[in-house]
Amino acid sequence: MKLKTILMASTVFAFASAANAEDKVLNIYNWSDYIAEDTIEKFEKETGIKVTYDVFDSNEVLEAKLLAGNSGYDLVVPSASFMARQIKAGVFQKLDKSKLPNLANLDAGVMGNVATYDEGNEHAVVYLWGTTGIGYNEGKVAERLGDSAPTDSWALIFDKDNAAKLADCGISVLDAPTEMIPAAMKYLGIDPRSTDPADFKKASELFAQIKPHIRYFHSSQYINDLANGDICLTVGWSGDIFQARDRAAEADNGVSVAYTIPKEGALSWFDMLAIPTDAKNAENAHKFIDFVMDAQITADITNYVWFSSANTPALKLIDQEILDDPGIFPSDEVKAKLWVAPVYDARTDRAINREWTSVKTGQ
Amino acid sequence: MGFGSLKRYLVILPPMLWLGLFFLIPFFVVLQVSLADPALTRPPFTAIFTWDGWWPTGFLGDLENYKFLLSDSLYINSYWNSIKIAAIGAFVCLIIGYPIAYVIARAHANMRNTLLLLVILPFWTSSLLRVYALIGMYSPNGFINSTLSWLGIIDTPLQLMQTDFAVYSGIVITYLPLMILPLYAALEKLDGDLMEAASDLGATPLATFWRVTLPLSLSGIVAGYLLVFIPSVGEFVIPALLGGPDQLMIGKTLWTEFFNNRDWPVASSVAMIMLAFLVIPMMFLRNTQGSREA
Repeated sequence: MKLKTILMASTVFAFASAANAEDKVLNIYNWSDYIAEDTIEKFEKETGIKVTYDVFDSNEVLEAKLLAGNSGYDLVVPSASFMARQIKAGVFQKLDKSKLPNLANLDAGVMGNVATYDEGNEHAVVYLWGTTGIGYNEGKVAERLGDSAPTDSWALIFDKDNAAKLADCGISVLDAPTEMIPAAMKYLGIDPRSTDPADFKKASELFAQIKPHIRYFHSSQYINDLANGDICLTVGWSGDIFQARDRAAEADNGVSVAYTIPKEGALSWFDMLAIPTDAKNAENAHKFIDFVMDAQITADITNYVWFSSANTPALKLIDQEILDDPGIFPSDEVKAKLWVAPVYDARTDRAINREWTSVKTGQ
Repeated sequence: MGFGSLKRYLVILPPMLWLGLFFLIPFFVVLQVSLADPALTRPPFTAIFTWDGWWPTGFLGDLENYKFLLSDSLYINSYWNSIKIAAIGAFVCLIIGYPIAYVIARAHANMRNTLLLLVILPFWTSSLLRVYALIGMYSPNGFINSTLSWLGIIDTPLQLMQTDFAVYSGIVITYLPLMILPLYAALEKLDGDLMEAASDLGATPLATFWRVTLPLSLSGIVAGYLLVFIPSVGEFVIPALLGGPDQLMIGKTLWTEFFNNRDWPVASSVAMIMLAFLVIPMMFLRNTQGSREA
């Protein structure tokens, strides 16, 4: 009898807290180092919603959770090329645009770009966008390659003589096959959007030449290492490298970091705010999406993480230094050379990942 | 069935339920996925049965994924490499753990619990934290390199991270207590009189160790070795954080299948085969333990 009472009581309690939780919580899963320090705090203060904020550093990890279902997250931030596939798998719900008055702030051109992944922009809005380019330690690269170092070209890493000279100060690349293999293809003059396994193979052969000089393959560790001077050359995401530059400047450790969009062209990607079909707090997720589309909030985020915003009124509020940086807001001429990732089918994915495994392991 | 055996069944019921819930059911789930095909759905694989209400009417599974594992040497090499690294890692644990266990077993009774506590204490922290601590030690600007260069022993930092050495030391740091505890249990039971007798009969300390102590602690060695070996084979965190990219281990290969290729069926067959590799040593353990008690 006593046990029964306890069980009853705990069940009632569980229901009560669940109901309560539904009103006032929001579970967000976002990329690491990808939000301003005070964004969550401001949102909580304004809405009274308690946010649980978790981070990941690869689209693949996010995707596995979403495909498994019941991820427990109400708002996630996939890159658009991955999201296209996830929409097909039925992972995301359609946004209720009546709850998103700030949608009008978004740049129609950028939203048009992502409509190729999400027809009619029904499932997601652009959070931030950026490019995958080269970050380097200016002092150490100049020391080893002289003033004529091709810091504006993929040759800085893909030319094996350059890579060999920079090996001792540390080279890292993203552990992201769908970004690295196309970059190598671009350097070789192949269409980076090609899905032909033979083209992947050529890229992987190019990588094999510089592999002995690559210290590691990782998608988040390079921020700190570049800032500390543990590595001197990385292929990474624009804002991450700017964060490394910022951290080095703050530490005043003599490290000076620069980011370059190679002249051959680079991948541009869009990270999207989307709500999983099984989100328990979709209402709150809409509130958060609308909140970050506010011009001031977006500007605060861009000022902190150095990734480009697609928010038109926010541009007036972004630091001049960031607006003027061609690595963050590229000129139209550079923009013309950027490419967006194709959506790979399962077979192409396996082919590109297998080439990447052979780059990393030699097998 | 008498009352005694009924009681016995009642005693083993909770562990059986536990095994069923957390081993057998997941096992069949993974087995089922390994027979399916990948699909762009949620979850991302096809069903292997067609159903009519509660009754399965057709079976759609096949062994294609297992055949696929044979078609690419990547998988066999991953298994082989994992087994090699786990075997060597467990052996290093044995070499380091044996003297420690021996000293603890021979220590004064008052000291034993303190010493054992010192062995177990690090086990209370997350193994992930301990691996991260190693990164702090090994990185180019880490503790070891900065100390050595401060002492003037080296000019350029030693490459300690992303090496085999880093992986082996990760395994040792993570799993050493699993080696020491069974060794201690075996050595502690050892009758001191036997060693006295051996030396009375003219055996040198070394001969006593080889011919008395070591054979009598064999059950502890086997148990400790397998306790380290088995989790090391499937280890993902240690090779991912400390190892180099060219270090092929099955944990990382499985990760690629699951996360990069989104091919849960192939990932599941990789896991099933790994399980087979691990069940065999387990049966070996059962046999040695069984014959010892007989």
